[in-house]
Amino acid sequence: MINKGKWVRIHKVVLQPGERAENLPADTGKVPYEMWAKGFLTRDAELGENVLVKTITGRIVEGKLIEMEPSFDHSYGSFIPELLEIGLQLRKIVSGGENDK
Amino acid sequence: MINNSYEAVMSRRNEIMKKAIGIDYEEFESKGTIAFDYEKMMEKTGYALPEIIEMQEESGVGNTPIMEMKNITELARKISKNNKAARILIKDEASNPSGSFKARRAATAVYHAKQMGYKGVVAATSGNYGAAVASQAAISGLKCIIVQECYDSSYKGQPEIIEKARKCEAFGAEVVQLTVGPELFYVFLRLLEETGYFNASLYTPFGIAGVETLGHELVMQCRGKYDKDPDCVVCTNAGGGNLTGTARGIIKAGASQTKVVGASVDLAGLHMASDSQFNRKSFTTGHTGFGIPFATWPDRTDVPRSAARPLRYMDRYVTVRQGEVFFMTEALAQLQGLERGPAGNTSLAAAFSIAQEMENDQIIVVQETEYTGAGKHIQPQLSFARENGIEIKFGDPKEEIPGKNIILPDHPSLLKAKDLDLIDIKKSYIENSLKRIGERNLKDGEFEFLMKETRMEESELAKTIKEIGRGDDGKKR
Repeated sequence: MINKGKWVRIHKVVLQPGERAENLPADTGKVPYEMWAKGFLTRDAELGENVLVKTITGRIVEGKLIEMEPSFDHSYGSFIPELLEIGLQLRKIVSGGENDK
Repeated sequence: MINNSYEAVMSRRNEIMKKAIGIDYEEFESKGTIAFDYEKMMEKTGYALPEIIEMQEESGVGNTPIMEMKNITELARKISKNNKAARILIKDEASNPSGSFKARRAATAVYHAKQMGYKGVVAATSGNYGAAVASQAAISGLKCIIVQECYDSSYKGQPEIIEKARKCEAFGAEVVQLTVGPELFYVFLRLLEETGYFNASLYTPFGIAGVETLGHELVMQCRGKYDKDPDCVVCTNAGGGNLTGTARGIIKAGASQTKVVGASVDLAGLHMASDSQFNRKSFTTGHTGFGIPFATWPDRTDVPRSAARPLRYMDRYVTVRQGEVFFMTEALAQLQGLERGPAGNTSLAAAFSIAQEMENDQIIVVQETEYTGAGKHIQPQLSFARENGIEIKFGDPKEEIPGKNIILPDHPSLLKAKDLDLIDIKKSYIENSLKRIGERNLKDGEFEFLMKETRMEESELAKTIKEIGRGDDGKKR
């Protein structure tokens, strides 16, 4: 149970494949057009239920409850070994250690 | 009850737009023709440069430092054919409140919204502009909604766009995230209709006028520091507003000899509305997927007439590859101690190559940088590409295939900006215009309008119109 007033994330299908714009690439046209929004839950509800939320600007938006207190988890990614080589090479050229073309 | 189907909302687009911008674009149209009075539109609905400088200063925008990239210039000289290269300067736009030059556009748009009495602003953008509008709205006490294309149908999001959502929320904005497709415009229209907020479009006259300060400042800074005008200014080009506004500012500063170069990342072969290709690109802006269509038909935006008209100002248009921009992003960090970009470094990559065609006493200016953060950084973007099956390797960037691989140059001398045929692009713009004319003759004013739009001489335009298959009078043969 997620209590009324909690900050949550909702998901909604805005347009079904048949309702979408014309002239879409085939792969895009066959999937629904989806939306995600965040807001304060307006009643107690379980994950997966259809709910209304009040967004930070005060709009009421309907959608399926998918996450409580959503956070960001994007990061600096995994190690890319190639990046180490670029700095070493460039510093060598600038300092005169390598001037071949 | 109001009909909110896709077709119904799209058919109401003009009335929704009119309410949400407060500009009557009809006033500038030359009725019954394809022509409109661009300069009148910019004068009547924009703001004068001194006014903009003042309003931007009020909100902490502009007056960004210009810095000489001495080590990168040295690198260019070491590897160029005759050991010559122009001085490379960079305008550190990342030091604007929201971390990019887009703060200049947002400052004027939000100021205007506030003046007009709107309670909030809405902007459709996955890029730095969202954060810029959110930041300026926070300063002005307006509400803000940002609509972004973010995920593919498997709910996989571009790390760079997710970071921008975070930044918008940090400034108190509401972020509506969508899957891939042009229906973003439909959601955007519905939001404008529901809230009655201002459409903080990237393409209004005041948005573009907001960038004029950037061109003006960089000329003044060059004069102050080097006692001369820049020989060349390189602008990363997507929707055309960055280049248009900067070039107008350069002209207003009186730097008539400065060449303006547009640079885009080459994403040829990738379809921008394709769900399955959405996450196969490593650049979400500054690329040819926007650059070419917006140059060849600017009036495809969220306003009736775009104030971004890059063909009026562009002296040259080049592309660079994803691997080359990533390489220069790393060079900027390793040689100059600046973590910026990556997308904004498109112009840096181009400038590094173009500088090598120039003399040592010449100056080339990279007119923007953008902030870097989690998700929006060379490492997460490359690692996201690798996770999505894109091959990353060293080699000759000429062999890069967008969506298949990213080739980091084996050596900086392999980094080469590639010229696009500007005549060809102008021709394509003219073809698009003539399509709208249909079977009839060109009317009075239309030829002159096309001359201004393409910056072509009379004979050159006449010849091009003939090549497209029309007679001397412009009539379809």
